[in-house]
Amino acid sequence: MNSPEVPSRAIRVPILTRVEGEGSLLVKLREREILDVQLAIYEPPRLFESLLRGRPFSDVADITARICGICPIAYQMTAVQALEAAFAVSVDPEIRRLRRLMYCGEWIESLALHVHLLQAPDFFDLDSGIELAERFPDEVKRGLRLKKIGNRLLETLGGRAIHPVNLAVGGFYRLPKAAELQTLISDFEWGLAAAIDTVRWIATIPLPSIQLPYDYVAIQHPDEYGIIEGEVVCSDGLRISHHDYEQHYAEIQVPHSTALQSRRVPTGRSYFVGPLARVNLNREQLAEPARRIADEIQFPTPCHNAYYGILARSIEVVHAFAEGLEHLRSYQGRADARVPFTVKNGSGCAVTEAPRGLIYHRYEVDSQGRIELAKIVPPTSQNQAQIEGDLRALLPSLLDQPDAQIALNCERFVRNYDPCISCSTHFLNLRIERE
Amino acid sequence: MIAVRPKLAVIKFASCDGCQLSLLDLEDELLTIARAVQISHFAEASSRLEPGPYDVTLVEGSITTPEDLHRLRKLREDSKLLITIGACATSGGIQALRNFASHDDFMRAVYARPDYIETLATSTPIAAHVKVDFELRGCPIDKHQLLEVISSLLAGHRPRTSTESVCQACKRRGNVCVVVAQDLPCLGPVTHAGCGAICPTFDRGCYGCFGPTIQPNTASLGDHLLGGRVNPSEAAMLMHGINAYAPEFSAAGQRLWQLAGLPKSLHPSLQVELRKEPHE
Repeated sequence: MNSPEVPSRAIRVPILTRVEGEGSLLVKLREREILDVQLAIYEPPRLFESLLRGRPFSDVADITARICGICPIAYQMTAVQALEAAFAVSVDPEIRRLRRLMYCGEWIESLALHVHLLQAPDFFDLDSGIELAERFPDEVKRGLRLKKIGNRLLETLGGRAIHPVNLAVGGFYRLPKAAELQTLISDFEWGLAAAIDTVRWIATIPLPSIQLPYDYVAIQHPDEYGIIEGEVVCSDGLRISHHDYEQHYAEIQVPHSTALQSRRVPTGRSYFVGPLARVNLNREQLAEPARRIADEIQFPTPCHNAYYGILARSIEVVHAFAEGLEHLRSYQGRADARVPFTVKNGSGCAVTEAPRGLIYHRYEVDSQGRIELAKIVPPTSQNQAQIEGDLRALLPSLLDQPDAQIALNCERFVRNYDPCISCSTHFLNLRIERE
Repeated sequence: MIAVRPKLAVIKFASCDGCQLSLLDLEDELLTIARAVQISHFAEASSRLEPGPYDVTLVEGSITTPEDLHRLRKLREDSKLLITIGACATSGGIQALRNFASHDDFMRAVYARPDYIETLATSTPIAAHVKVDFELRGCPIDKHQLLEVISSLLAGHRPRTSTESVCQACKRRGNVCVVVAQDLPCLGPVTHAGCGAICPTFDRGCYGCFGPTIQPNTASLGDHLLGGRVNPSEAAMLMHGINAYAPEFSAAGQRLWQLAGLPKSLHPSLQVELRKEPHE
């Protein structure tokens, strides 16, 4: 019955929700044959790489933050580090620790948001975190408090949680006083214990089982859980310097999306970035409380079930609290806020781990410190091809369901990736077309 | 007066999602708000999406595509009160830098195949297209101001948000002036308050993310910038930042550019004459 004469059928499902930004998913079917799966991002393009051209280097952190209100630190941190590479600046070790602490704050607020308000409702057939709070008031309130502590840290270090103002090329504009950070210690002690309880709660939720082959990609550092620098490592064994990133991972443009999609070079294979990739690749480097809770809940290694992303996120929240606590306790506030440096022409790149996965920036700067070229590869454009591939693999098991149920299950699956569509370029629209 | 449990919609256009995230960042008040209003359409937070009409619609983002313009007009018809939240919705946002440049050049720098993408040549504020009942400034908005807006509407009165400049908030915070003491370029005197003067608090100049205050003397500040250690193109770009398309900042940036007598090719965001009227 695979003839084109089979009556065509188009099913339109409302907006895919509880993701950041807007796009749509198109599934084309003829009988049981999957003709096409397209994650179409129609978030209006905002053309950041163009509007950076000609701007002073000192604007880049403030402007690139505006790519994403949920993970501005990821953009700011990657930008300042890429520019520091261009100017051959290395920052003071205490500044580096403070930057890791700041990133922990963003991981906490972003990952806790996704776990509690965006994804967990799916596993109870609920529409929102607010509905989830009626059923699990203590758990959701705990999650909100965890998120709030992450935000409070960002406010302390950056002035505000969304689009903080303190990161600068060479360090920070102003360093916090040790006493300012010490006021956060008791919250972080509570948060560490509460985050562990959250993992135990999430582990009681029956997650769907699915096993798919993945090329996991994350940054890896010899001395620490990879967050702000390291080599780019793939689960198939490829280990490269971040300087060589563009030779191995390339963005291509597809007609159905305003985001560019990344593929591996030369194979054209898709790959997977994000918390699940990081926990798979770097589990042994998690802070001890996070490693212990991962063992306690028997988190599998390797783990090829995308639904376990919610567990990986919860485990990383534990890590961020544990690591954050160490930085809060050890901070002396003795460094200078910024390292002096000379502006010169050159180019520099950097990779960091945004809450949703690896992010890459490269800049070329002229002798006056003006941006000549900017290249920004956000996590979701890297995951986009993988999401489409996963849905192709998932769909055959769903085809006996009514279309509305297929759509709902696809939408829920996509949420495993915590897609940030604002980053990639408004609502995800899920539409199934049956030919 | 609005309904006892008003229907709230949160809708976005071109933006970073940060302003609507401010609602979810009201961690202590979120569940109370959810009881006080009926959240009818808030796709970032809930899969239950109800059609209009809505009592209050919070709009984030700027208009950059023909489809969004169509969606906005329908939304206005569906909304008793339409409130814009943030710099994108009130002034076009950082993406409005394209309004000063060749759109084709911008597109080609990002996409190998610009023909795949349908977008307008401009990024314009919501008020350029439909009536707006209240504007909340900021990039991002301040969540406490958002709470004031929601509380005021529930109480049935107009929100009270300060219209003073960042300078006044900065003085109250006890900061030493970064212009006087450090000769840093700072837009504090001409920028709308609401952020808490955080940039000067962090030893840097204000970059105007809350947009122009009421009757800002941008010409005077521009002259001051040119008299300092900032070069003219940097001074122009400081005005042409997050709120570049806000009329006062737009004009001040253009004036600085002309005063400096710089060649047009120096910076792409300043090459083209300001379009007086937003693109339809």
